[in-house]
Amino acid sequence: MDLFEYQGKQYFARFGIPVSPGGVADTVDEAVAQADKAGYPVVVKAQVQVGGRGKAGGIKLAANADEVRTHASNILGMDIKGHVVRRLWVEHASDIAKEFYASFTLDRSAKKHLGMLSAQGGVEIEQVAEENPDAIAKLHIDPVDGLTEDAARAWVAEARLDPQATEGTVDILLKLYRCYVDGDADLVEINPLILTPEGKVHALDAKVTLDDNASFRHPEWDEFRGLQVMDPRDELAHEKGLQYVGLEGDVGIIANGAGLAMSTCDVVNQVGGQPANFLDIGGGASAQVMADALEVINSDENVKAIFINIFGGITRGEEVANGIVQALEQVELRAPIVIRLDGTNAEEGRAILAPHLSDRLQSKPTMLEAAREAVALASASVPERNAGGSK
Amino acid sequence: MSVFVDEKTKVIVQGLTGSQGKFHGLRNKAYGTQVVGGVTPGKGGQDVEGVPVFDSCAEAVKATGADASFVAVPPKAAPGAILDAAEAGIPFIVCITEGIPAQDEARVFNTLARDFPGTRLLGPNCPGIISPGKCNIGITPGEIALAGGPVGIVSRSGTLTYQALYELKQKGIGVTTCVGIGGDPVPGTSFIDCLQAFEADPDTKAVIMFGEIGGSAEEEAAQFIAKEMSKPVVAYVAGVTAPPGKKMGHAGAIISGSKGTAQAKMDALRAAGVQVGLNPTEAGDLMAEVVKSL
Repeated sequence: MDLFEYQGKQYFARFGIPVSPGGVADTVDEAVAQADKAGYPVVVKAQVQVGGRGKAGGIKLAANADEVRTHASNILGMDIKGHVVRRLWVEHASDIAKEFYASFTLDRSAKKHLGMLSAQGGVEIEQVAEENPDAIAKLHIDPVDGLTEDAARAWVAEARLDPQATEGTVDILLKLYRCYVDGDADLVEINPLILTPEGKVHALDAKVTLDDNASFRHPEWDEFRGLQVMDPRDELAHEKGLQYVGLEGDVGIIANGAGLAMSTCDVVNQVGGQPANFLDIGGGASAQVMADALEVINSDENVKAIFINIFGGITRGEEVANGIVQALEQVELRAPIVIRLDGTNAEEGRAILAPHLSDRLQSKPTMLEAAREAVALASASVPERNAGGSK
Repeated sequence: MSVFVDEKTKVIVQGLTGSQGKFHGLRNKAYGTQVVGGVTPGKGGQDVEGVPVFDSCAEAVKATGADASFVAVPPKAAPGAILDAAEAGIPFIVCITEGIPAQDEARVFNTLARDFPGTRLLGPNCPGIISPGKCNIGITPGEIALAGGPVGIVSRSGTLTYQALYELKQKGIGVTTCVGIGGDPVPGTSFIDCLQAFEADPDTKAVIMFGEIGGSAEEEAAQFIAKEMSKPVVAYVAGVTAPPGKKMGHAGAIISGSKGTAQAKMDALRAAGVQVGLNPTEAGDLMAEVVKSL
């Protein structure tokens, strides 16, 4: 789960990482109230999960309440690369002497944590990495050892930050590492990390990606959830606990396992169709999960054919079949189903489906044949839709 | 021959008294795998359809001489279970658990590397390993695998692993060992570990490798193949149609920036002399050609 900037800053604050005083606002009046509390001048920042907010006019400096009013009313409702701004973060504007960069993430090749620190903050780190790779001090951290103060100090020296920033940066790096590890983040990033003319170091931005697998030990994450803006299809899938990614095509995909689901999308594409989604029902799915998956696919108006591709391992064929039968009884499916069922208890599953087979539910022996049939069904339904003008 | 496991491998199932552990543990046993015990803390002394259950791996190893473990416990308990097996001296641990937090996974991997260098972890979030006709640990449906060889299989995704076995069986091609390494960010066993083992195994004459988007494991494997492999390799990479920045189910399957795309992986593999199929069936067809020419 990606956090908004203000959520990231709230998360940072839990770990003692200094951020500018500020607060969230959903209306112009709230923005003024937050600005009064934070102290002028303030920065009014659009809360959207997309880069380039500043260039789009989503970040503005305000010297007084009138300016806050003007900027807040301009920014609220603004569309930044398809993301509509519904919330602002208003914080006290900091004087900046120097801008740095700091982050922690997992280096999958090294199988260790990777810290990156640079004296060149405030710009895209990818750009720094490309143009001036030596400007980034990298530190691999063994997860068993963790980050020690000595290691952090040596690392800061290597990054050649302004000497005035050393103590403050060491302190923040140690806290940021705790936020990354104890806070179960996949990524924590501060860009820019600033040094003020008074010699204080603090985080001016916050990028945090939480590891959804760790949500069982973080009940406090619930408060971050309701505010994520989601595709309605994603929302329903999330409610049902399914791994779903909405795509643009008209062939609804249900598969078990991420790899098979990806492969199913690819094969549909190769035989001339377009997948409407990626949906992985996971391992060991019950009949209910299958029925839920069909409900999610059915909520997508673009879907003209449904391709269910199951290769049972931990997932059992009879559960899949029972789920399909259950869904057929419970919901009016908008599109015909083509299923390919193999693996654990596939025979039992096919036997359960046999009496229900029709032109609305077909079974095919291979992935390729099933994909071709699903794509043919989807494209056959297009002229009808155009001619009839119905849904 | 086979790699990592064979007919002599003695397996204990951690979580044998749970529903998944029981279903798949007993299925492995029915396949012919030597499933000699189970481990569930607090349930020592019980049995599951004749298989004795112990409180800890150490007790199970002492009583049964087990040299492999099948970890089938929930994400919260899995890191502890893996380390319990390693502490008991078990050299080969298969963990099928899906959804272990990445921080725990990184800690377990590095703890094993440092304190238990003789232990190999396969997974987590993997389907397991099958040396057809000899040993099946995990959730692979045994009936889709044809025994004998000459092909070794390694795959990141579980269900694509089955697809690979199935494609080969349809063509009458046998498999020495099929290893599912799992789709998590920190897999205990890598593509390279498996390629190395297949290169060393005299009965494996060719290798089929199924990858997916995310990370750089396929690119690293390509480098290894170019430098170290004498045996032919056929590959398939899933996720050509995956959009950047979205996790495709597996925690590891995400295209970040310009890195980790299916195209980049296929290019790297082709440059290493690997034949790349555009879907699992095409990869199977390519392997059939390779086997014919052996």
